[in-house]
Amino acid sequence: MLKSLKLAAAIALLGSAALGQTYGLGRPAEADEIAAWDIDVRPDGMGLPEGAGDVYTGEEIFIERCASCHGDFGEGAGRWPVLAGGANSLTRERPVKTIGSYWPYLSTVFDYVHRAMPFGDAQSLSADDTYALVAYLMYLNNMVEDDFELSRDNFNTVEMPNADNFYFDDRVETEYPLFTEACMEACKESVEITAHASVLDVTPDGGGVSEDGTVVPAAETAAAPEAAPEPEAEEVAEPESAPIDAELAAAGEKVFRKCQSCHQVGEGASTRTGPILNGVFGAVAGSQPDFSNYSSGMETAHNDGLIWDAANLDAFLTRPRDVISGTRMSFAGLRSEEDRAAVIEYLRSFPATE
Amino acid sequence: MDAREDSEAKGPSRRGFLSGSLAAGTALVAGSAAAAGETLITEVQPWANALGAGVDEAPYGHPSEHEADVIRRSVSWLTADPISSVNFTPIHALDGIITPNGLCFERHHGGVAQIAPADYRLMIHGLVDKPLVFTLDDLKRFTRYNKVYFLECAANSGMEWRGAQLNGAQFTHGMIHNVMYTGVMLKDVLAEAGVQTEGKWLLAEGADASGMTRSIPMEKALDDCMIAFKMNGEALRPEQGYPARLVVPGWEGNMWIKWLRRLEVGDAAWYQREETSKYTDLLPDGRAREFTWTMDAKSVITSPSPQAPITHGPGPLVITGLAWSGHGTIPRVDVTIDGGITWQEARMDGPSFDKSMHRFYLDIVWDGSPMLLQSRAHDSTGYVQPTKNQLRDIRGVESIYHNNGIQTWSVSATGEVENVEIS
Repeated sequence: MLKSLKLAAAIALLGSAALGQTYGLGRPAEADEIAAWDIDVRPDGMGLPEGAGDVYTGEEIFIERCASCHGDFGEGAGRWPVLAGGANSLTRERPVKTIGSYWPYLSTVFDYVHRAMPFGDAQSLSADDTYALVAYLMYLNNMVEDDFELSRDNFNTVEMPNADNFYFDDRVETEYPLFTEACMEACKESVEITAHASVLDVTPDGGGVSEDGTVVPAAETAAAPEAAPEPEAEEVAEPESAPIDAELAAAGEKVFRKCQSCHQVGEGASTRTGPILNGVFGAVAGSQPDFSNYSSGMETAHNDGLIWDAANLDAFLTRPRDVISGTRMSFAGLRSEEDRAAVIEYLRSFPATE
Repeated sequence: MDAREDSEAKGPSRRGFLSGSLAAGTALVAGSAAAAGETLITEVQPWANALGAGVDEAPYGHPSEHEADVIRRSVSWLTADPISSVNFTPIHALDGIITPNGLCFERHHGGVAQIAPADYRLMIHGLVDKPLVFTLDDLKRFTRYNKVYFLECAANSGMEWRGAQLNGAQFTHGMIHNVMYTGVMLKDVLAEAGVQTEGKWLLAEGADASGMTRSIPMEKALDDCMIAFKMNGEALRPEQGYPARLVVPGWEGNMWIKWLRRLEVGDAAWYQREETSKYTDLLPDGRAREFTWTMDAKSVITSPSPQAPITHGPGPLVITGLAWSGHGTIPRVDVTIDGGITWQEARMDGPSFDKSMHRFYLDIVWDGSPMLLQSRAHDSTGYVQPTKNQLRDIRGVESIYHNNGIQTWSVSATGEVENVEIS
């Protein structure tokens, strides 16, 4: 032991690189460990798992799990990415960069969906699910007919429409030689202001700009409230008067992180992809007046007077689609009973705001 | 605590104000300057009388309560939701070259992963002799190095391509930070696994819910890349990749994989989402540049700027700003106050590190007339920061990323500052 310590010290002092020595740190990676983490896919097909999926299956999965953000046809809801369309738009003002119009490789679609989607429930899609979703995305982009099935075997035969329009960074030739001059005196005769930021007025608290630089006037970004049916007063259940279990609610706040990409609660909550959840406990399903994107299943539940009491919320959060058929809430559900109880208690702590 | 409340309660003492005014009135009448003293000086202030907080008040310290405005801010409509989003470093309120850890801008794609150090693993596999798994303790046993590097998001200033939009240096240029990293050389860690000769590319992957991935050419990986576990001396902040992140000096921030969990060696690039659909630069002919890794030389005047107007009137004025280049150091920055008719060399101050932010100053006597302020960085390769229009002539306005054009602030006679573009 002492000997090996001395040896390690000597190596460090001499510098490992110079000697071509190593530190002897780390342990061998096991095959199942590598398999668990190595899920990346390359354009040459390296990394593609066994499996297959067709357009119809992909459509079903997409409607269930993707459409709440990306729209039923990949058109994108709110500021979420548009996945389809945009053909021939790349040379125009405000190009629409979609899988079909822009992405150079299909492998990227498979890799990304498989690793990171759905947002907030990453790595929950099987290989077959992913093949099916990619097939549906190809269909939405007019790359295949509706009877198409994508599999590992035919994956590499797919050519993306925009594949040839990328080239390696050439700034070193096309830009750097141009940017070497620095005039110090009498560089121009006069100066005029040609643009004012204050005219656009998009600095925070007055609208904004999107990631791709598109100006979003405040009026457009504000949720357009459509006339939502007001639930009859008698339909609204009396909230249970039991005091809030603060510890349980605090645990629920953590669980709620899984929800907050789409839902907000509390003071100042605003409508996101999903409705504000203040007062949801004890309310009639689908009755948030500021939300205009309820599924027909949720509207049916609303008309039937389904009350979000503890039992119904628990069932819905266990497996949303079993309670509300066709719900746009693309959330797989909370498997843990404790998590469900906690998040329900958390929601119960936010009464409806006037 | 008590002392602070007490001081707030007394605050600008009403009695002190009245007696001060009275004294000033008397001074005018009597023409005596001796009685015109500021009560801040002539009266014992609460903080000079009552005791302040003891040493255990804040085991981890906070900035002064008077600096409450110096925070990261976001532009709420910039992204679809606040999790896969970005906020901005308040560069308008900072000085020197180091960004305080709590003010370093954040960009993540699946929220901040919370990983206990004991649960941290880093795997190296692919075209290597020995696939390996390291713990955090393992990583800390390699030879350590300390380096100051800037990290700039490729989309910094990306909202300004079509014209002046956001009114504040924080928003136009705040997707950047500059800290001292403590970590180990990536090449030393890779050497443990033994990179095979055909291993020309490295895929780096994060452990967060976005599974962030980027392809990095082996030449860069074996040059100056690091795996860092400290920033400015303390552990990485969770939002900066705790417990370990990749450091890719001079290259776009998206490649600095946070919560680094996997390094795969391969013979070709992976063309991941963040290097195809994003972080490629669309040009006017409909084609796009890919693998535009290096952040070119850039500078911005941080004060005065829209969020940091001139409040003191004419007279001595310190104009200051930041400059940086992914190609090396910044030996020189020029500043103009007349919109680019004449320029003068600014004074560089503070340490000059490779691929780090540099601080510059121009000390002038402001005559109170309107100014059009610009700064222009020169880097150690001889590259001179271009104007926005020079970039637009080549790239159009749809390329989103790598906007390193010269910024203009319009200063009014009253000292207010606005983001503008000029001819």
